[in-house]
Order: sequence, then structure tokens, then C-alpha cells
Amino acid sequence: MKKHDNQARDELIKGIWRDNPVFVQVLGMCPMLAVTNSAVNAVAMGSATFFVLVGSSFLVSSFRNWIPKQVRISCFIIIIATFVTVADYTLLALVPAVHKELGAFIPLIVVNCMILGRQEAFSSRHPVRLAVLDAVGMAGGFMLALLSLGAVREILGEGALFGVHLFGANFEPWVIMILPPGGFLTLGVILLFFNWFKVKKDEFLAEVASVERSES
Amino acid sequence: MGEFLWIFISALLVNNFVLTYFLGLCPFLGVSGSLDTSVRLGMATTFVMLVTAVCAWVLNTYVLTHAPYLRLICFIVVIASTVQFIEMLIKKLSPALFRAMGIFLPLITTNCAILGLAIFATNRGYGFVEGIVYALGAGIGFTLALVLLAGLREESELSNIPKLIQGTAMNLIIAGILSMAFMGFAGLFSTA
Repeated sequence: MKKHDNQARDELIKGIWRDNPVFVQVLGMCPMLAVTNSAVNAVAMGSATFFVLVGSSFLVSSFRNWIPKQVRISCFIIIIATFVTVADYTLLALVPAVHKELGAFIPLIVVNCMILGRQEAFSSRHPVRLAVLDAVGMAGGFMLALLSLGAVREILGEGALFGVHLFGANFEPWVIMILPPGGFLTLGVILLFFNWFKVKKDEFLAEVASVERSES
Repeated sequence: MGEFLWIFISALLVNNFVLTYFLGLCPFLGVSGSLDTSVRLGMATTFVMLVTAVCAWVLNTYVLTHAPYLRLICFIVVIASTVQFIEMLIKKLSPALFRAMGIFLPLITTNCAILGLAIFATNRGYGFVEGIVYALGAGIGFTLALVLLAGLREESELSNIPKLIQGTAMNLIIAGILSMAFMGFAGLFSTA
């Protein structure tokens, strides 16, 4: 039982940092860059993706023994498309302004490779409980990535966060950051930071290993 | 005629799918390693986009007027199966053409640029000819962006680059600079 709990916790946490879908696996880039010109859009996109990923993971995992291997990808896509349609109409009803701003990118959640990737790699092979935990973790990681990118771009590009101005009237907005090039540049710099972190970690581990070897 | 030209140039340069709308980034970052591959991928994508435009028009005109909420599912299923069918046809009829772009066809089908094209064309209410022109512009624009990045990446392989920045980080920053360059086209046409 103890081991079981550890595994469940692992599945939940890995998506947020170690296997973060955006920063580490570099999946789901299109919505990532397109809608992160403000923090509010990032949250809306993140919640829609969260709903779709958790819902379709639950369904795929429940039906995993009935879906024939040969047509599994088509089945996954139809399940995902159904949830995306639900999310699309829900957003249209609840927050029409945000829906208008996100525009075509809500339907495009269907082709987010991260979602299909999770179904193929995880949900179709694991029981419902683990699949949902994994989906929650991955979607959380995705949301975190969206939010950090959106926040950086909104602060630099408009001097605001969630629409609240931070710096007063003298701030000269760095307009390029909320335009398309800013998305590429910000994500490039964040990935650079992750590379740096990984290199440092590898160096540290190698150092620890060499110390241990000399001691023994 | 002028209107068609505008649709074409707009999809090709001003609203380039990759550099302005961020569509089709996975192949853009993944397959842009060599110039030759990226030209063939670009050709295949342009072709699939043309097929998509036709499918989307047929679906919108004859099927989806009764059930708009099925749009997404319909688009995906119909586009994927049409492309699959054409792939088999090419394999049978012209092995040379199949070798040139066939292997990419199934990959492209679930690409966001393809679905994005269908959705944009629907949202703007494009007719049949407008849709085809739009698809042509978007496809060639995609090829253009892909070839530019592949050329830059081939150059960069010969130069001395710090280990930290190699890989996706560098590609994204290159793409950012390309995107900035494409912003210059925004003033090309005065009517928005």
C-alpha cells in the first residue's frame, strides 16, 4: 500500500517539474505561444486545456480495454474533440470576451500534441486513478508554463499583470513582447534557463560521484 | 482579382502561419534540420492544405449548416481520412512522388496549421476560390518560413555555438528574429 501511494504521488508531481510538458518535453508549443500575450488569456487557455486533458484521460483510461489497438489514435482524437467542443461552447457562454480573444485557438486544443501524447503514452495503459492523477499533473505543468510566459510578456509588454498596472505612468511598454516575436524570444530565453539548470545539475552530480569514488 | 491577390499575399507574408499565428510549430522546430527535407515537407503541407480547403468548403456548404456543433469532429475525421486516401492513391500511381512527400502526409494531418486553416477559412466565410487561394498562400508561407529556418540552422552547424544555447532554445530565438523581420511586411497593404 505504501509503495502504491508513492507511485500515485510521483505521477502527479512529475508533470509539474521533472517532465514538464512545455519546458522539458517541448510539446504543445502552438497554443503556448499564441495566447500568452496576457496573463488572463493564459489562465483561460490553461483551464480549457486542463478540462480537456483530465476529461479525455479519464474516458480513454476507462475504455482502454474496449478500444481496438488499430484504430486507437482515431478514437482518442474523437474523444478529445468532443471535450474540446464542450470547452469551446462553455467558454463562449461564460466569458464571451475572452473567447473572442482566444478565437480559433480554443478549437485548436484538439491538435495539441501534448494531449494526444498523454493518451498514447499513459492513459491507454494505466488504470483510471493513475491516469487522472497524471493528467492533473501534466495539465498543471502546462498551466504553470502558460502562466509564467503570459506573466512575463504582459509585465514587459504592457507594464501590467492581470490588467492591473504596476509601474505608473512613466513606464515605456516594450511592445514587441506582446507581439508574436516576443513569444518566441521569451520561450527561447526560458528554455535557455532550463538548459543552464540541467548543465549545472549534471556537473554537480558528476562531482558528487567523483567524490564518492575517491572516498571508497 | 485584387481581392484574391490580397488574400494570397496576406497569408503568405503579413499573416504568415508559422511566424505570426504560431501554427505548425512542431514540424517547424522538429523537421527543419536540413534544407532538402524542409522543402519536401513544405510541398506536402501545401498539398494537404489545398485538400483541406476543398474539404472544409464542402463540409461547410453541404453538411454543417444543420449541425454547427459537430464542426470540429467533422473537420478532423474528414480531413484525416481524405489525406489517408490520397496517400494510398499517390503510392499506387506515382512511387517517385510518394518517396518525395508521401512519408510526411500522415504526420501533417494532425498538424495545427491544417486544422487552423480550415477554422480560419470558416470564420472568415471564404468561398471556394478564396479558400483555395488562401490555402495556397498559407502553404507557401509555411514552406518559406521552414526553408528560412532550415537554411539558418545549416549555417549555424558550422559555427561555434555555446553548448548552453544549442537546440530548441536557439531555434526559438532565431524564429523570434525571423518573426520580427516578417513584421516589416505588415505595412505592405493599407486595408486591414
